[in-house]
Amino acid sequence: MCVLCGVLLNDHWAEQEGGRRGRVFRGRLLNRVLAVYGLRLDDWSGRVWVLRDRKGRTAVVDNLGAVWVEAERLCGRPLDPLDADLIAALS
Amino acid sequence: MKTRVVLLTGYLGSGKTTLLSRLLVHPEMGETAVIVNELGEVAIDHHLLRRVDERTVVLGNGCVCCTLRGDLADELRDLLSRRDRGEIPAFRRVVVETTGLADPSPILYTLLGEPVVKHHFALERVITTVDAQHGLRSEESVKQAAVADRLVVTKPDLADPAMVMRELRRLNPAAEILESVLGDLAPGELFDGDERDPRDLVFDEAPAHDHEVRAVCLMFEEPLDWTAFGIWLTMLLQARGGDVLRVKGLLDVGAGGPLVINGVQHVVHPPEHLPAWPDDDRRSRIVFIGRGFTRDELERSLAAFNRAAQ
Repeated sequence: MCVLCGVLLNDHWAEQEGGRRGRVFRGRLLNRVLAVYGLRLDDWSGRVWVLRDRKGRTAVVDNLGAVWVEAERLCGRPLDPLDADLIAALS
Repeated sequence: MKTRVVLLTGYLGSGKTTLLSRLLVHPEMGETAVIVNELGEVAIDHHLLRRVDERTVVLGNGCVCCTLRGDLADELRDLLSRRDRGEIPAFRRVVVETTGLADPSPILYTLLGEPVVKHHFALERVITTVDAQHGLRSEESVKQAAVADRLVVTKPDLADPAMVMRELRRLNPAAEILESVLGDLAPGELFDGDERDPRDLVFDEAPAHDHEVRAVCLMFEEPLDWTAFGIWLTMLLQARGGDVLRVKGLLDVGAGGPLVINGVQHVVHPPEHLPAWPDDDRRSRIVFIGRGFTRDELERSLAAFNRAAQ
């Protein structure tokens, strides 16, 4: 529901479809983006994700919105999808 | 069936209470409960009237738009239980009138996010009054107008509304704009009718000034990957949620009909699949109202995410 508070609401708007296959695909696509920032996301039991940085710091997140909150915290800066370097890396 | 909630907002002195008082006189506004912040002026003899004191509960990391309006949630739950017990007359609609300085985001967050409230109530429409004399005079009034589904320009008898209308069309072309002298609108004009089709909207392409809030419309010929879109929009709202006041659109995600997306800052309605497209034009169109970005930047970025999903 809310990008920041989806954890509390437990039914994030962007994750309501696709089932198990959708979750696998979402994880793969997220990792393409997160790799640009030196982060990696692993699925843990199909219910939560574990986000890691290269220093070995981790964060457990349970929805898409929370991924960006924790990714921002681990990187120490906002991760902007309009950033030209990110767009070039994805293209 | 969920009870419909209409949010009536607008800056101080912009005519919310006048509009509401006149509306409530109409017989078709029977079975309406009203929640207001200030008592006194609303003519409500035969209506349920509840007063709330603004009370917000900050959740999580303190994001301003993601605060629960505990007062509103309590009132809605109380109305519901008293109706179910037969202690108050039945009502089919609730009108929530905000204070002039209210930020509409926490109210929308409460309606769409509080577990009990969202189960029993559905947001029908946001109606915003804007005074033709003073226009959009503050940050709050710009935000209130940006989130509106219907805009009501008040006091057109006291000032030429042309400039305000131009400003509003530039800010929020997705909202229908009505004029009202002393609240002379019939309920049907405000509550009936469909939302405007994003495909029919006209956008002002003139460059925005610094910090100016304005609307842009992204258009995509090819279907969008829903997973890529969800990842992109959640990332955008995390990075720039304070500057993205409104998102509204019809997406072609390769299904039989379009997917409707509707959000206010960090708060996004559950996406809704429509059974069919109205015609052969199946291009995705997404309206963004906010500041600090251009249409090209958004289109380029979303296209890159979409390509990455192929």
